[in-house]
Amino acid sequence: MPPAPLLELRAVAKSFGGVAALKGVDFTLDAGEIHGLVGENGAGKSTLMKIIAGVHAGDQGEMRLAGDVVRFRSARDARAAGIGMVHQELAIVPTLSVAENVLLGMQPRNRLGFIDWPAMIAIAKRHLENLGLVVDPRAEMASLPLGMQQLIEIARVLFSGARLIILDEPTSALSPPEITRLFALLKRLRAEGRSFIFISHFLDDVLAICDRVTVFRNGAKAGAARVGDIDKAWLIERMIGAGHHELEESYLGEIQLRGPEGAADAAVVLAAEGLGRGTSFQDVSLTVRAGEVLGIYGFMGSGQLDLARALFGKTPPERGILRIEGRAVRLRNTTRARRAGLAFVPESRRSMLFALEPLYKNMSISVLDRLARLWLKPKREREIARRHIAQLSIRPAQPDRPLGTLSGGNQQKVALAKWLTFAPKVLLLSEPTRGMDVGAKEDVVRIVRRLRNEGLAIIVASAEPETVLALADRILVMRKGRIAREFANETVSKDRLLAAA
Amino acid sequence: MSKERAAAPASEPAPAARASRRGQWLRLRLRNIAPFATLLFLVALFSAASPSFLTLDNLANILQQISVTGIMAVGLTFVILCAEIDLGVASVANATGIILAYFTAQDASVNIANLPLPGLAAIVLAVFGSFCLGAVNAFGITWIGIPSFIMTLAMLQIGAGICAMLVRGQIAYAVPKVIAVLGNGGLGPVPWIVIVAAIVLALAHIVLTYTRFGRYVYMVGGNREAAEYSGVNVRAVIAAVMIISALCSGLAGMLGVAHFGSAQQDEFDNYLLDSISAVVVGGTSLFGGQGGIGNTLVGLFVLGVLNNGLDHVNIDSFLKILIRGLILLAALIINVYAQRLKGLPEAGES
Ligand SMILES: Nc1ncnc2c1ncn2[C@@H]1O[C@H](COP(=O)(O)OP(=O)(O)OP(=O)(O)O)[C@@H](O)[C@H]1O
Ligand SMILES: [Mg+2]
Repeated sequence: MPPAPLLELRAVAKSFGGVAALKGVDFTLDAGEIHGLVGENGAGKSTLMKIIAGVHAGDQGEMRLAGDVVRFRSARDARAAGIGMVHQELAIVPTLSVAENVLLGMQPRNRLGFIDWPAMIAIAKRHLENLGLVVDPRAEMASLPLGMQQLIEIARVLFSGARLIILDEPTSALSPPEITRLFALLKRLRAEGRSFIFISHFLDDVLAICDRVTVFRNGAKAGAARVGDIDKAWLIERMIGAGHHELEESYLGEIQLRGPEGAADAAVVLAAEGLGRGTSFQDVSLTVRAGEVLGIYGFMGSGQLDLARALFGKTPPERGILRIEGRAVRLRNTTRARRAGLAFVPESRRSMLFALEPLYKNMSISVLDRLARLWLKPKREREIARRHIAQLSIRPAQPDRPLGTLSGGNQQKVALAKWLTFAPKVLLLSEPTRGMDVGAKEDVVRIVRRLRNEGLAIIVASAEPETVLALADRILVMRKGRIAREFANETVSKDRLLAAA
Repeated sequence: MSKERAAAPASEPAPAARASRRGQWLRLRLRNIAPFATLLFLVALFSAASPSFLTLDNLANILQQISVTGIMAVGLTFVILCAEIDLGVASVANATGIILAYFTAQDASVNIANLPLPGLAAIVLAVFGSFCLGAVNAFGITWIGIPSFIMTLAMLQIGAGICAMLVRGQIAYAVPKVIAVLGNGGLGPVPWIVIVAAIVLALAHIVLTYTRFGRYVYMVGGNREAAEYSGVNVRAVIAAVMIISALCSGLAGMLGVAHFGSAQQDEFDNYLLDSISAVVVGGTSLFGGQGGIGNTLVGLFVLGVLNNGLDHVNIDSFLKILIRGLILLAALIINVYAQRLKGLPEAGES
């Protein structure tokens, strides 16, 4: 008889308030394997992982760990059984040192009961070195790049003795070199016999790092295979059905950016000269015309996201001039920016959305002053919400459902929907496809193209080359807060974009 | 687990799932259910303990007793829904009442250097006074960036200072006729002060539930950053709630002075704790965004019944203070606990 798999789930079901998130799924994970998990937004991936990690209790089904039936009552139980989870929203403490984060809750104490600092630093240092991470254990967590923080969070989960580690969309905020480093680490740990579940919407990554992959669709298993036996088309077909092609697929080779004939005669809607703020960006000059999508690409932390935030008046630029339709404007706060015709979707869902409020209130809040003078019009709000829900295929399609109960990708769609009711003049999108599945990315591309054709000026700031390549007519590459290169009216590829960053 | 069970259609959740759904329903409404259950419990308790408690006369008493607190608590509800706090409510009420008396002709025996004006002018000045105090709060919090907790603590002192300066240890009695009637008179058997409180509560409920501004208040309290990213003028909303709170306190102060029949220093000292307790005991979240006037109304009755009922059952009056403290503590625990239960964004983690 072959050895029992490390983890075996049978007919696991879970529903939230009558809505089935998982409809009896099977799942197996072998020891020393990296197992990919893919599926549309809301397919139930995170829900299953939370059941495995003891965050949620399943309604039905059984779970075996190394052959024994287990039932976790809390995340602590799961941790004690050697299961660790790295959530997409990092669970680190940014104000503490690296060492404290790695040993969180397990700091060594001296005889007086105080934390034994030298011992803690030494233990953390040894542990990090074993993992091949070169970082000062005394450094403050917040001072490190996001990629390193993520690796340290993984180090923390490993330190707690986990042999099964769940990574929920770990690469969505990482730059390509950081991803390479993460993958190298995963491969080393796999060789030591640790197992991983790897959730991602980047199918290339899944095919590159995983041994096997399982596909979820609508809360059920839609297929499982060894990675060597399948390709991307197979995955996409299982995920959303045949006939779709993946965003990345169409931009693998060279793409021709639109020439000046496209938008050159259109009016410049937004023009910035010499914008700067603190250390986040300097000397940024750019223009966007009506009916044009300007992509701003850079590695994580290169300043493109800060720039987008600044353009919306959240953290106003300290230097430089901003003109909208030729008129100089000073955007001291977001209300002014919105009134001036700007709209902004930030990269973090939480900072844009109201988790406890229903969908329709989330969507109407940014246009409320045009919907209602004094009295609210909830009927109208729901009607608009229903329209956006259909337009962006947001699931579940219930305007009254609290936003916090939607899956990550669907929340992101709501964030975009907020600005679609009345077209703004300039739409600023920060990481518009982060966390979205293949189909939803296609939807975003479609929507952005449509808005562009309707004459909107659009700025897309992103650290995902595919997103920028798929959306932009013209691309600016930022490096360390400055514009390093412009691609216009020429062919460009992912490699050339990366090389410029 | 048998095969059939596992293969049951997902639309028919297992009994365990159904129970957990009912549990979830209850949990999500804990914020509203707990205060109401407390109220029922207290009413039952005092009715059993004292025959004089559950009578129409006593109900009228309770209503009168909670009216002044109620008007103050309305303003506080706006503030707390925005996740801010106003510790100056009682002090602003006291100052407004005293300003009103200061501009009213007093009896010759009252030794205050006051400035008699026609009744309407005195009222306008008093209202303007409370508006200004609210505006100072608003300015300090939104423009300078002082946390509301500290800013309104300063305002508490400033209000007390204004009172002290104007009455200099004396007591004034007269207030303009309208206010005297509203504070002390009645429409048939119903005291005007109860009617005014009811109207203020009703208006506030309408504003919070059916107007754009009310929605902004909830959204700013629910997630301030998200409100800002949605282009809501967060500063303006917070400034507005601070001013609303001061105006409510001002009204409560004017009516209170008439109701008590005198205007003097430290007259409203109990009302700060009472009005904050009413809001919090009612279940409005201290973290903002959840709750409302309905909650405050229940909270007012809980406090009113408690204060009044303890008088009926003949308890050591020092013990009463302790009991009120314990009730407040219990309410705070439920408040924080309800917040944690409602924190469902887990699903949004990825
Ligand atoms: N706490 C909750 N309350 C109610 N419904 C929930 C909750 N958590 C998840 N859901 C629902 O369960 C379904 C599956 O969600 P889940 O988060 O597992 O999706 P996912 O596959 O991780 O999607 P994504 O790729 O967008 O992160 C969704 O329809 C979601 O709305
Ligand atoms: Mg997820």
